[in-house]
Amino acid sequence: MAPAAPRTGEAIFASVERVNAELFTLTYGAIVRQLLTDLEEVEEVNKQLDQMGYNIGIRLIDEFLAKSNVSRCVDFKETAEVIAKVGFKMFLGVTASVTNWDAEGTCCSIVLEDNPLVDFVELPDTCQGLYYCNILSGVVRGALEMVSMKTEVTWIRDMLRGDDAYELQVKLLKQVPEEYPYKDDE
Amino acid sequence: MIGVGKIKQYANVLDKPLSKGKQEVSLSAFAFLFSELVQYNQTQVDNIAELERRLEDAGYAVGARVLELLCHRDKGNRRETRLLGILSFVHSTVWKVLFGKVADSLEKGTEHEDEYMISEKELLVNKFISIPKDMGTFNCGAFVAGIVRGVLDSAGFPAVVTAHFVPMEGQQRPRTTILIKFAEEVLRREASTYNRIVKR
Repeated sequence: MAPAAPRTGEAIFASVERVNAELFTLTYGAIVRQLLTDLEEVEEVNKQLDQMGYNIGIRLIDEFLAKSNVSRCVDFKETAEVIAKVGFKMFLGVTASVTNWDAEGTCCSIVLEDNPLVDFVELPDTCQGLYYCNILSGVVRGALEMVSMKTEVTWIRDMLRGDDAYELQVKLLKQVPEEYPYKDDE
Repeated sequence: MIGVGKIKQYANVLDKPLSKGKQEVSLSAFAFLFSELVQYNQTQVDNIAELERRLEDAGYAVGARVLELLCHRDKGNRRETRLLGILSFVHSTVWKVLFGKVADSLEKGTEHEDEYMISEKELLVNKFISIPKDMGTFNCGAFVAGIVRGVLDSAGFPAVVTAHFVPMEGQQRPRTTILIKFAEEVLRREASTYNRIVKR
């Protein structure tokens, strides 16, 4: 089958209502700071951010499917491309690229070309273990779970921790077969 | 080159050139994030007043930074020092940057000399929020009240700032009014001889 035409979220992003990224960035910063004060342990903050992202992801997928007109992806490779090119663009206005595929085609990296969460941010010495953008990994995990894909999403590179890019590894654990929520005879 | 982001690395966040503030994200992305902020804080409190206080705290942190950012970027490292100046800065400049529009109105309280109100027919943060009946007068605008307080306080105008729903005739949804009550010292300073002589 011929590869699907390259899809981007450009047009969708242009058509949806938008807000200033700085409001978004600073609000996210306020959330992270609140979590750090409340939970004290950086590990706990990472967990909570991931949970928040997951909560967002399971709701965000509906809006994504409704507005993006994306049809069913044939394989995980296409899914990853759609997340990077359409998903990130549509919600955050940034694009990402997919790279580092493993041989089985079940694990890849999404590399962010821009990241609106981290403007003005610097990690103090006390927060070195913090995955500041952990909410994003939760979003991807939550959204994919709603389309029957169990994944594990981890940060491989994080510029706030001194790396040269933001790289999110997405590993497909299993495809959950779709089931009707009811049985015919019930 | 694939695999390498376009973002340039800086040793220090201060070396990074300040963005022009033209970047945008989708409103839904913000709404999702804000809803998580509210939901998380709901798990941390026992009552509405506490919830509002926590949202206000979160907003305060945003406000303090917004003031710094805007004074540096838009005002050549100057900030307003007079009461009306700072109020119109909040109502116009801050609102425009954060919410994409100037606030609907800025009024002086009729009953008290120290009260001012900024009103918005549909506050951005309340756009997708409906308050359950059992939460009474709770208003997520507390976050915005916090932003306003953060800006004012950091500029040397301490005030108590609260958000209220005000029903509007003929409108289904109430508008939100941000009530600003300045500290006594602010008004005293405003009325001082120095401020009367140095008219700008």
